[in-house]
Amino acid sequence: MLKLIGKSLVAFALVLSAKSYASLEIVITDGVDSARPVAIVPFKFEGNTLPNQRIADIVSADLMRSGKFNPIAATRMPQQPTNSKEIDYQRWMKQGVEAVVTGTIREVGVNRYAVRFELVDVFKGASGGGSSSAIIGGQLTTGLSHILDARETTISGDQFRQYAHRISDIVYEKLTGERGAFLTKIAYVLVREKADFKYQLVVADYDGENEQVLLRAKEPLMSPAWSPDGTKLAYVTFEKRQSQIYIQDIYTGRRSILTSFKGINGAPKWSPDGRKMAMVLSKDGNAEVYVMDIATKALTKLTNHRRIDTEPSWAPDGSKIVFSSERGGNPQIYSVNVASGVTERVTFEGEMNLAASYTPDGSGIVMVNRTNGQYNIARMDVESRYLQVLTRTYLDESPSIAPNGSMIIYSTLYGSSQVLALVSMDGRFKARLPAANGRVKSPAWSPFL
Amino acid sequence: MNLNKVLKGLLVAVPVLTLAACSSTDEVAATDANTGANTNQVVEQGLSAEELLRQQLEALRQDNTIYFDFDKSEIRSEFASVLEAHAAFLRARTNITVTVEGHTDARGTPEYNIALGERRGQSVTQYLANLGVAAGQMSVVSYGEEKPAVEGNDESAFSKNRRAVLVY
Repeated sequence: MLKLIGKSLVAFALVLSAKSYASLEIVITDGVDSARPVAIVPFKFEGNTLPNQRIADIVSADLMRSGKFNPIAATRMPQQPTNSKEIDYQRWMKQGVEAVVTGTIREVGVNRYAVRFELVDVFKGASGGGSSSAIIGGQLTTGLSHILDARETTISGDQFRQYAHRISDIVYEKLTGERGAFLTKIAYVLVREKADFKYQLVVADYDGENEQVLLRAKEPLMSPAWSPDGTKLAYVTFEKRQSQIYIQDIYTGRRSILTSFKGINGAPKWSPDGRKMAMVLSKDGNAEVYVMDIATKALTKLTNHRRIDTEPSWAPDGSKIVFSSERGGNPQIYSVNVASGVTERVTFEGEMNLAASYTPDGSGIVMVNRTNGQYNIARMDVESRYLQVLTRTYLDESPSIAPNGSMIIYSTLYGSSQVLALVSMDGRFKARLPAANGRVKSPAWSPFL
Repeated sequence: MNLNKVLKGLLVAVPVLTLAACSSTDEVAATDANTGANTNQVVEQGLSAEELLRQQLEALRQDNTIYFDFDKSEIRSEFASVLEAHAAFLRARTNITVTVEGHTDARGTPEYNIALGERRGQSVTQYLANLGVAAGQMSVVSYGEEKPAVEGNDESAFSKNRRAVLVY
């Protein structure tokens, strides 16, 4: 009997660790219908030691998560070609598939694999006339306009995931004209109620894989923010029974304290050039927005109002900072010119607007909008000031934009737990990233790495 | 832990009042255990200074939470007597400090809630200051929405989480 209990305990522990490894599964809730059908055919393997990662599955998942594509399942594919010559374009046309990725993996040495792939435009291939073998010679020539990209690279066994994301980047860019953001990371705070160190600062690949815990703490951790070069995070701790801003190198783990003023030390955001940190301090009595020169620690106070000013975020060119302020009553978004200090109100719609940040191209501002008591993610067009509410989830907060501007990750309430969710910039695609092992909050999408 | 800290602080400040001036945390803990076992007897015989303090702190800790309306930081009148009791204690014990923790419910953004939690903490310290408590005895730390008192996302949970807690 005891032995049995012992065994089941072991099994339980194994399940837990397996779950915490891939802690952010994706559940797509909206937008698959409008996504473009493509096919990533399983790559043909030649060799003895099968790699443990399937490139086609990773690329399919990436493209699906982008919200722009709907990769069809392998079981629905009319054929499984391994290169462009084998493609029967008419059959793929009938299936409505726009583009096909084929590939092979050859084992070329100990832990060395040659990965070759081709990205093929089905419509161009079909209109090229006749059978594909008639069109294609051995080489990629200018005549083969239906082959959008073809590459061969040798990688080691532990580079499969990374190279698959690279293929996704290439496919995405060729098909959309926009840079892919599949080789990026996400930092977030994981809260595990029963754990001894309840708060964890985690960095993972953008899809939740390769989780790495940077810091465990008994007191809250908040507001992770990436340095523009993607090597450091600024964040807020309460280890000393007060808030403090730290900077930590994510590769060496080395950390240093940036601020420890009396009162609030919060909401750090790196300037685009990486030299300054916008932050909120209340050392003079209440929450105000400051900019600190990181090297000299010299402070510039950007706001001065007895009501709350918080949540600074830089314009892409570094000239302005948007922030939330209660100066007009309920919190709304304002912007301040960093050099001149000239301040103007940005939002007028909704009961309140909070947590603003510029899109990477500067054309939009993403924020949390409250209308009829509902907190949702919204995007405002800077020029027309048109504000579009993008989500219908509950208690949305902490929006963070992918570096290519395609997607917003945010924290929301699902069931009784805080989870991460994704919404595309046009609001069409929506997905949830439920965590298996705790509440997840404060997501921060890395820059291009 | 906090109690020991407070006691230690007091013992250092007023050693003449205690029969046996304790200087280490261990001794303080031992004293606690002894007196804790004989509380009734001690009351009958008259309280030592440290025992009186311990009982006062214990009583104040029983009633140390001020609740707030949604998005508000004004002190509701029902908490006047609680704050008066804390103020009376702090006025009499000028060597004791209190940390006021400000908290919010889960609605709104984490950063806004940090500022709101601080404002709630400050309304408590302002209230106490108006009752004569010295500014140097009080500090505020805001945890915003990060440390809810109860889990849950309905109004009953929200109302318990919108709070300021006086911690000695």
